[in-house]
Amino acid sequence: MEINLSTSLCGVRLRNPLVLASGIVDTTASALLFALKNGAGAVIIKSICPEPRTGHKEPILHAIKGDSMLNAVGLSNPGLKIAVEELKNAKSRTKEPIIANIFASSVEEFGYSAKEVSRANPDLIEVNISCPNVEDEFGKPFSCDPDLAAEVTRAVKENTNIPIIIKLSPNVANITVIAKAVEQAGADAITCINTVGGMVIDTKTAQPIISNKVGGLSGQAIKPVAVKAIYECYKAVNIPILGTGGVMTGNDAIEQLMAGAVAVGIGTAIYTRGIDCFDKINQEIEEFMQENNYNSIKEIIGLAHKENKK
Amino acid sequence: MTEVVMLKVEKIKEEYPGTKSFFFNHTLNSQPGQFVMIWLPGLGEKPMSIAADDGKQFYITISGVGPFSKAIQGVKEGDTIGIRGPLGTHFNLKGNTIALVGGGYGAGPMAFLAELAVWEGMKPQNIHYVIGARTKDLLLFEQRMKTIGVNIHITTDDGTQGKQGRVTDALKEIIEEVDTIYCVGPEMMEKAVYDLAQEHQKECEISLERYTKCGIGICGSCCVDPTGWRMCIEGPVLNQDQLKKVSEFGKYHRDATGKKNNF
Repeated sequence: MEINLSTSLCGVRLRNPLVLASGIVDTTASALLFALKNGAGAVIIKSICPEPRTGHKEPILHAIKGDSMLNAVGLSNPGLKIAVEELKNAKSRTKEPIIANIFASSVEEFGYSAKEVSRANPDLIEVNISCPNVEDEFGKPFSCDPDLAAEVTRAVKENTNIPIIIKLSPNVANITVIAKAVEQAGADAITCINTVGGMVIDTKTAQPIISNKVGGLSGQAIKPVAVKAIYECYKAVNIPILGTGGVMTGNDAIEQLMAGAVAVGIGTAIYTRGIDCFDKINQEIEEFMQENNYNSIKEIIGLAHKENKK
Repeated sequence: MTEVVMLKVEKIKEEYPGTKSFFFNHTLNSQPGQFVMIWLPGLGEKPMSIAADDGKQFYITISGVGPFSKAIQGVKEGDTIGIRGPLGTHFNLKGNTIALVGGGYGAGPMAFLAELAVWEGMKPQNIHYVIGARTKDLLLFEQRMKTIGVNIHITTDDGTQGKQGRVTDALKEIIEEVDTIYCVGPEMMEKAVYDLAQEHQKECEISLERYTKCGIGICGSCCVDPTGWRMCIEGPVLNQDQLKKVSEFGKYHRDATGKKNNF
């Protein structure tokens, strides 16, 4: 039987479950198209805010042994006006799903950004309430407080008809509390997880390596953190989950689908395995499905919650 | 290798006022056209092209033009700085006779490529080093190229040395003799060299520099239109067939926010 890799996220069909995660090679329409050309099932643009931002001074990123990395890009983006044009450009060049991503410094600004970004008619809007790298400017991310997270969700929902995905932080006491709060406030889906707070110091110079000093850890090191978050949120909420965090191989993707994700984000794997990692991981998923007698991705989603299934 | 290594500055040579070469005793295993990220703790990190690498020692040549490149002029021999690399694509030697066209800091990778070509057995008389600058005091690596015996063609804007004019004026005179043209320099100069190569149906390879933050293909700041290629991974060195597909070449580039700026 033919293997079916397609899945759906909030009613949007993805030809395969691999999604280019926000913040990774995705500032421009051309970059988004490049990931699709290399096999991504959907792509998310880098977080957009109303005004242009240059982000933090370099070094913004540090590679860590064992397929992980620490970054603090600082949410650089050209601002809503230009980013909307990039999104429109991307939409005009492909039929595959293009997902917007917004962040803001206040509840009102989240609403405004949702309204503006909707002009580009993206297939979905991801809402970044959880960037760990801009605390000095923005205070604690909205993701740490269930009431604030719900307020942001409501503000975004009131300003768009496009389904929204709230991107959650793992840097909280209990992620399911936030997941439930945003679900009740009307979120159409959640992303589990944003990066994990981290830090690296160069011992020769006794200096933090990245200029923001602290950053977000991604890659292999955080995969178990992501799997746990997906697993627990799957039990806690009924809205779909976009799994993200440390997916480097087909097996990693399968693991997050089994935990309950309907699709999985890809980021650090682009550094370790190249931009064609989408094609490679899809191939590995297909091989796994063949060997283990699965015909469709839908059969795999949430399997770890069913005892003795295999 | 993309992890940062802390290296001691072994030697500093002033090429001309405001421009210095920084030497490191380290096996970098780089190829001409590749770059390294230079980290000055507390000051920042920027990409710099490699001016020479003999397998045991490499150096980078930096003109103090921006805040970072000015700050680096204050580094002393014995100081430690961070290096990540080598990064990006490199030049590929093709054909029997080659022209290496350099403008400004681009002279470094071109001189490095000339040395590699000689080392790989190409006759020095088949190598043309074409170098341009505003004035004679700003010309780089003339003596270095004399040492290996390649043909040297100099142009200056003010005519203080060599031919008065642009590097393309010097290139025009030898273009029929050469099989492949290599170029690193300001983008409008690169575009003029590319156009000339196209006109004469010559193969060419050019280094296309874009705003580089991470250097390892993750942040997306160096992606070009419309292909989305990252100039730190699929570039910076592109051949004529690839350049044909980059519509922004010679037209615009993006700043740190992702906004387009015309040349």
